[in-house]
Amino acid sequence: MSAEQDMIRIYIMGKAYEVPGGLTIMKAMEYAGYRLVRGVGCRGGFCGACATVFRRAGDYKLYADLACQATAEDEMYIAQIPSVPAERASWVLTELAPEDNPILALYPEVARCVACNTCTRACPQELEVMDYIQAALRGDIPQVAELSFDCVQCGLCAMRCPAEIVHYHVGQLARRIYGAYRAPEAGHLAARVQETARGDFDQELDKLEQMSKDELVELYRKRDVES
Amino acid sequence: MADAYPRSMRESIGRVEATRPERMEVEPQRLSLEERREVLDSFHPDYKEGGKRKLLVGPSRGEFVPHEMADLLEAYPLIDPDQVDLGQVDHEVDVLIIGGGGAGTVAALSAHEAGIPADRILITTKLRHGDSNSMMAQGGIQAADKEHDSPPIHYLDVLGGGHFGNDPQLVRALVNDAPEVIRWHEKLGVMYDKDTDGRMLTIHGGGTSRKRMHSAKDYTGLEIMRVVRDEALSRGIRCLEFCPTVELIRDDQGQVCGAVLWNLETEEYTVVRAKATVLATGGWGRLHIQGFPTSNHYGATADGLVLAYRAGAGLRDLDSVQYHPTGAAFPEQIVGLLITEKVRGMGAQPLNVDGALFVHPLEPRDVESGAFIRECSSPEQGGRGNGVVTPTGMVGIWLDTPMVDIIHGPGTFKRELSAIWRMYARFDIDPATDPVLTYPTLHYQNGGVVIDATGATAVPGLFAGGEVSGGIHGKNRLMGNSLLDFNVFGRRAGIAAAEWARQAKPGRPTLEHAANYAQELQGAGVDRERKAPSVLPEYRGERTLARMVDLI
Ligand SMILES: Cc1cc2nc3c(=O)[nH]c(=O)nc-3n(C[C@H](O)[C@H](O)[C@H](O)COP(=O)(O)OP(=O)(O)OC[C@H]3O[C@@H](n4cnc5c(N)ncnc54)[C@H](O)[C@@H]3O)c2cc1C
Ligand code: FES
Repeated sequence: MSAEQDMIRIYIMGKAYEVPGGLTIMKAMEYAGYRLVRGVGCRGGFCGACATVFRRAGDYKLYADLACQATAEDEMYIAQIPSVPAERASWVLTELAPEDNPILALYPEVARCVACNTCTRACPQELEVMDYIQAALRGDIPQVAELSFDCVQCGLCAMRCPAEIVHYHVGQLARRIYGAYRAPEAGHLAARVQETARGDFDQELDKLEQMSKDELVELYRKRDVES
Repeated sequence: MADAYPRSMRESIGRVEATRPERMEVEPQRLSLEERREVLDSFHPDYKEGGKRKLLVGPSRGEFVPHEMADLLEAYPLIDPDQVDLGQVDHEVDVLIIGGGGAGTVAALSAHEAGIPADRILITTKLRHGDSNSMMAQGGIQAADKEHDSPPIHYLDVLGGGHFGNDPQLVRALVNDAPEVIRWHEKLGVMYDKDTDGRMLTIHGGGTSRKRMHSAKDYTGLEIMRVVRDEALSRGIRCLEFCPTVELIRDDQGQVCGAVLWNLETEEYTVVRAKATVLATGGWGRLHIQGFPTSNHYGATADGLVLAYRAGAGLRDLDSVQYHPTGAAFPEQIVGLLITEKVRGMGAQPLNVDGALFVHPLEPRDVESGAFIRECSSPEQGGRGNGVVTPTGMVGIWLDTPMVDIIHGPGTFKRELSAIWRMYARFDIDPATDPVLTYPTLHYQNGGVVIDATGATAVPGLFAGGEVSGGIHGKNRLMGNSLLDFNVFGRRAGIAAAEWARQAKPGRPTLEHAANYAQELQGAGVDRERKAPSVLPEYRGERTLARMVDLI
């Protein structure tokens, strides 16, 4: 294939650019000459900064994805969302009671979910977003926590929701309640924290800290490795 | 569906599958310390001639650092000190945090817990709050909290991994605070992987002697970062986004007392006055040292090192760069992105083109990377020429990911390594059934700003924590110790900054140190065009750059 044949045409905010095929949307924009400030963060699919809406030629539907993960296609119309102005309800974890389901009080719009599934379709992580909103409605916090766990908080769900639900904040609330109050505590961890606070390891650490490099190398060589 | 792998790669996968039953039966051999040394000396990029030079000026003059780093340290202030009016103060706070990643956010929470009111703390950051390496960490965080483990055992592992070049006091702080950090997370609602009784599910990482790697699926950093950021929000701690710091401010006594920020969108500068300043700007992956791709976030451009150095802080161990052995090498779109060490922790083995295991899967990172490069380099380069070649000419090593499900049961990969699974599924590769191709990627800044165990730098009023600092990991960090590092030293730096702020009486603010540094550079004959910090990497197409003109 010649270099020309490899080129595709994309439309960045309506303007046409020729770029090599096979790049991510993010790299295609950069190739075209954009120095990204908004719409870029981790570049690895973790931070949700690069929420992007696009349309394909001959298709009236709007799709959404992460610019750093999705590949640019020929005749793609692209716009990035620089920021999601959704509101996080005001709450403090320690003021919530363990058995509480504060979701409905803090995010009453959850009750307006019409089960249209637009959020799920918008999710670049392919999470079952509507299902966790339904779980939130039932007060099933463990289910919300589990289904929302892989959320990168890009906000595309909230931008598309006809009921003005802020799904990703609901998920965050549920996960913190689950992690702090519903998941069983690690007993061995609490015990170890007591030991370190009492200084149980101080003497041994003092000794290690004073050792020469040769002594340390010797100890290291002899250390046993758990199998 | 068309096969995502071209034929030559598919044939090599056939050989991977053929050797698998036998490989599953034998325990891989570890290298001796001498064998490790040999791999490092011959094949680790750090030991390659011509990659580094001695610094000409500044507190660490004479030390070797990679050229890409030296170019930034030997560079003039981005902002002309004469153009800044320090008399017009935009924000006046007790504790200023520079960098809204993990270390910065933990420092803010800790300063708050140490008694500084939320409205006297200000986080400032380059991109959005949380856009950082912390968000990207996948595999896990170390802490010696199991019965058969202990902080002293952890201590020895950290030192061995760092080739015994670490600062003992910092290592001690790291391992000693670790259980407390995990407990703090548990209380804040971090969802660690646990069994039904609450016992943490822990596995090995490269160079660990106990299974002490705690995880939250393969989104460990995302989960911790989301929680600490949410907690900062709920306490009303402010964050100024898209405002990278371009210079520190010192007073006439030499103590740091704030910073000059630059608004990336309006291009105006902002002056922040602070009694104490915490530097938490992370690492240097985006410098693409020796041309390597990187696993790091967009803002990882070593700005903090430049700022601190000019203000008088020493640097250490910057001659050592961490390359993570398993960066993606195919397909092209994801080259350099990370495949967490947890995949090897769960049993996947690295294999050459013939499907042969050529190194223990979990040697310390530098050794593992060196062994990968040796396997891939041509015999003319002294290597073994056993890499797998991709259609675009990249050479890589197979990571036998299907072993994870074979060992732990069907569905495990997709469930517990969903980030990696998702990354490949986009390209029609299922890592649960096919291996994936990898090659070392620039991953971590082992060294950094010199700090003491409280997080204080040599410059009064300036504290540092996280990847920007050095000494904790010596010449090589082990997996799981940097998530731990940003928590332990983010916290210590936040507490120390709070204490400092209570008694500090900053004098007249100046940028004289920057002007003096520029003079030193001039004396050393450094090209006036070179400016730093670099703030953002440059990825625009060459054609655009060639035709760009500054008109309005
Ligand atoms: C892909 C990946 C996977 C990893 N996996 C693991 C793992 O499994 N376990 C582990 O322990 N470690 C892991 N690490 C390493 C670990 O995540 C980092 O070392 C650690 O999170 C660094 O934290 P930090 O707060 O120091 O820096 P960061 O989290 O990077 O935060 C620094 C912040 O400072 C900002 N900043 C930079 N310059 C400026 C400036 N001039 N002004 C203002 N703000 C600025 C940045 O934008 C960023 O927000 C991984 C790293 C990567 C990249
Ligand atoms: S830039 Fe972070 S998810 Fe795309």
